[in-house]
Amino acid sequence: MSKRESGSKDSGSRSHPGVELVRSEAPSELLRELVAHLRQNRTQLREEWVVRITETRLLTAMTKEEIFAEATSVYDSYVEALETEAFEALQAYARNLSERIIPRGVETHEVVGIVLLLRDVLARSLFAKYQTDFKKLNRILDAYEPAANRIANTVAVGFVQERERVIRQQQEAIRELSTPVLQVRERLLILPIIGVIDPQRARQLTEQLLRGIRTNRAKVVVIDITGVAAMDLTVANNLVQTVEASRLLGATVIVTGLSPEIAQTLVTIGVDLGKMNTVGDLQGGIEQAERLLGYKVEKLAEPR
Amino acid sequence: MEVPILKQGAVLIATFQAALSDADLNQLRMGLVQQVVKFRSRAVIVDVTAMDVMDSFASRTLREIAHMIRLRGAETVIVGIQPEVAFAMVQLGLTLEGVATALDLEEGLAYLTQKFKNTD
Repeated sequence: MSKRESGSKDSGSRSHPGVELVRSEAPSELLRELVAHLRQNRTQLREEWVVRITETRLLTAMTKEEIFAEATSVYDSYVEALETEAFEALQAYARNLSERIIPRGVETHEVVGIVLLLRDVLARSLFAKYQTDFKKLNRILDAYEPAANRIANTVAVGFVQERERVIRQQQEAIRELSTPVLQVRERLLILPIIGVIDPQRARQLTEQLLRGIRTNRAKVVVIDITGVAAMDLTVANNLVQTVEASRLLGATVIVTGLSPEIAQTLVTIGVDLGKMNTVGDLQGGIEQAERLLGYKVEKLAEPR
Repeated sequence: MEVPILKQGAVLIATFQAALSDADLNQLRMGLVQQVVKFRSRAVIVDVTAMDVMDSFASRTLREIAHMIRLRGAETVIVGIQPEVAFAMVQLGLTLEGVATALDLEEGLAYLTQKFKNTD
């Protein structure tokens, strides 16, 4: 019995059922073995993965060559992450990859899908290699699983973060476009506001207007809110602040187009309307602005 | 820190520097009024273009300066408030109420010229 105990794993378990007298490799050793296997079979496994990707109809927005190129770099990054356990590098790679493929129209489920497919392809290859040694297979999978999970997670999160960044960027662009500051005469700006104003948009509006006043050296600003349906306390106060801040830059603000509802709201809330110069409609507002600036508009002839 | 005060005819122009301490502001308050008396100025332009932040003490001091100078029969115009500073000020409720403001030195002088023409 003592002869067979020493060193050999199978004999150990046969003589002492339920007790593991196996020589177990350290997890890092197992990982190294695993990584070596994945590198050795790189070409074949990558090919298998690309086939699976095409079969499952993922990455349809990309050409075969593009899929192959991206698959190669993803595969190599995957294996490297397994080897080095450096997940920051992988996250940076994932964001970089996302930056490339998001404009191509690749969706989140596709990115998650292909990473899980790769995970699957590699796992099956491990099954195939170690199928005769069940205990070793278990240990290899124990080393592989957490790392593989982390990789899938990292790539998915990196992709989603990049998408969110793009969305924020687009929202910012839309917000800027939707609040144009227009010069209609020397020293006269018009700010037509349309739609819903939330506190964030209100703040952005104010900043844009103040910058516009300085750039255009405006002395009068007409803020038209005909297109604004409703206003709450925060936004109403923000409007007052905009008027006050504009005055600090030497500009007078005329607010036009207050709907009955908004007029009611402002009165109810108790906004200090003494601080606000208001005129019924945009036309009236522009006419008053012109008077303030010393313009006189004269009709010389009938329209042709 | 010395704040340069230039004389342009009947107008004094004080250019605030970026980082004025409370002591500097206090000194300025007295100094400016003394200069108005000495030169019999009709107006003071305070140029705050270089100030990238305006706290409540600075804001109050500016209002006090304007009030004191008005007691001497002269006008004060604050010019050069930066957009970001203006935004921050109104959020804190510092509106410089009762004090004339203009975009910059040029506008400030134009405002005063207009005002003197109307009152003369």
